[in-house]
Amino acid sequence: MREITFQQALIEAMREEMLRDERVFLMGEDVGLYGGAYGASKGLFDEFGPERIRDTAISEAAIVGAGVGAALTGMRPIAEIMYIDFTGIAMDQIANQAAKVRYMFGGKARVPLVIRTSCGSGRSFAAQHSQCLEAWFMHVPGLYVVMPSNPYDAKGLLKTCIRDDNPVMFIEHKMSYKMKGQVPEEEYLIPLGQADVKRAGGDVTVIAISTMVQRALKAAEELAAEGIEVEVIDPRSLVPLDMESICNSVKKTGRVIVVHESVERSGPGAEIATRIMEEAFDYLDAPVKRLSGKNCPMPCSPVLEEAAVPQISDIIGAVKEII
Amino acid sequence: MALSKKDMVEMYRRMLLVRYFEEKVDELYGLGKIKGGTHLYAGEEAVAIGACAAIKPDDYITSTHRGHGHCVGKGGDPKLMMAELWGKKTGYCKGKGGSLHIADLGSNNLGANGIVGGGIPIATGAGLSIQMRKSKQVVLCFFGDGASNTGSFHESLNMGGVWKLPVVYICENNLYGMSVPAAKACAAQPDIAIRAASYGMPGQVADGMDVLAVYEAVKKAADRARKGSGPTLIECKTYRYKGHSKSDPRAYRTREEEAEWQARDAIASFRKRLVGKGVLTEKEAERIDNEAYEYIEASARFAEESPYPDVSELLEDVYVD
Repeated sequence: MREITFQQALIEAMREEMLRDERVFLMGEDVGLYGGAYGASKGLFDEFGPERIRDTAISEAAIVGAGVGAALTGMRPIAEIMYIDFTGIAMDQIANQAAKVRYMFGGKARVPLVIRTSCGSGRSFAAQHSQCLEAWFMHVPGLYVVMPSNPYDAKGLLKTCIRDDNPVMFIEHKMSYKMKGQVPEEEYLIPLGQADVKRAGGDVTVIAISTMVQRALKAAEELAAEGIEVEVIDPRSLVPLDMESICNSVKKTGRVIVVHESVERSGPGAEIATRIMEEAFDYLDAPVKRLSGKNCPMPCSPVLEEAAVPQISDIIGAVKEII
Repeated sequence: MALSKKDMVEMYRRMLLVRYFEEKVDELYGLGKIKGGTHLYAGEEAVAIGACAAIKPDDYITSTHRGHGHCVGKGGDPKLMMAELWGKKTGYCKGKGGSLHIADLGSNNLGANGIVGGGIPIATGAGLSIQMRKSKQVVLCFFGDGASNTGSFHESLNMGGVWKLPVVYICENNLYGMSVPAAKACAAQPDIAIRAASYGMPGQVADGMDVLAVYEAVKKAADRARKGSGPTLIECKTYRYKGHSKSDPRAYRTREEEAEWQARDAIASFRKRLVGKGVLTEKEAERIDNEAYEYIEASARFAEESPYPDVSELLEDVYVD
């Protein structure tokens, strides 16, 4: 199978959906001629023009809000917020408007809006350009939260999100854009709420989110050499969350570690661990363990930045501790 | 298109519906029959009714926390509105929205909004959608003087100006953002309308106590928007008769000031004009007045007698399945 990058996978997903449905369009800061801060819309401007690949002013609230208004009135917008750190400026439109209009209006409205944004550390961008904030959005009923970890998932999930009638936070890790992976030429979709077992194993379940999936897979490889079999599960969407797949793995291994880059306190791991306790307590042989970002703003210094998020060695250490 | 006699009579009727609706709501809140928060539009009727009369049924509006007038203006049924305020299943939003979130999507009313300024970006997006769909509709975006100081206002009017979107931004300047006078909250004086220059669109002040003046201003702006010439900012100077909300003792303004504005009451003066011009006789005007009153009484009865939603509906409508 051919290999393409995560960035190319996103471009293909948007291109195919824009060809398929003329209501789909992209707007955001520098998404046009520039091709997006991370190149995730490169070439689309040439093909679709400035109407459908629309550069905006630096106005995050208006970008998302215009997405809500357009979605309510017959379009299917994709709004790009360059960094998830900037969603604070647009939070009213995301959390109070996009997420809630359907419910507030008694189910009479639909908001088919995808908010694409980048997250994560790894480039020494410090505290306002490196965060993983998926937990903010998981907390708001009415939103879906999707975090792909490889090009195949990125393409299939983004296409699904564009076709979905609910507002979606589609969160792309900034260190993923250049990652290569196998992606078929033919069309496919990946449903939301369907976790993927990235590696099967019977000793410990590692539930990993976004780039932590790749780290968990590398850790699993090293541990396999020592005879420890790790099952790596990628939820892919945090809302909806595929608890069935997670619980099936827990039943098999009895030991679980949740790994994510976002800070530990009230992070996605807290939610996932609690759900496991509620739904699969009898199968647990050890307390669920969290391995997460440290409870501090992301520092600039590469040494500190690395220490702030789980590394492969941390995952190996955690697995050995729990086993 | 000049207003026909029939149009003007309908405007008069809708202004009365709003006034009696608000008075009834005030009473029902006072009696503790309706719960929740509410912000009454009494005094400002000329703005919503004049503006909505200037657009077509398939045009859009976005409304505000003080949104009952806009809903009636866009053709909403006070029965379903009252039921919504009451949290009843028969309300526009099945009782899930209440006063702050009344939306009648069937009449292209994109909803009231509990967040000051929250509807401005949404109206702008509806304008973008119209432009992209080439549907020749327009959007009326209502908001208050308070909202004109939010970031959403600035971001949205700038976006609307850059893209020449078919939106009429209508600022209902009722002089106070809750308790703070607009004069102390808005740096540029004396008019909010002058800010239009920053966004590359015309700005205009209209007398918000004169329903025909509002109609004329909005008609002109809507025609301009429909032609593709872009948005307009219209500031309607008006006054809310009641407090900001039901718990407001109105310590920030004088009773004399209130009396001065009430002496210019938009409904009374419009009635006088209609009778003076021979559009209505006194008797006809009185009949319309009585019918509006009775309809609101019937609306309250309808709402009171309607069932509450079933608790099983709590988790419905969060997502599209």
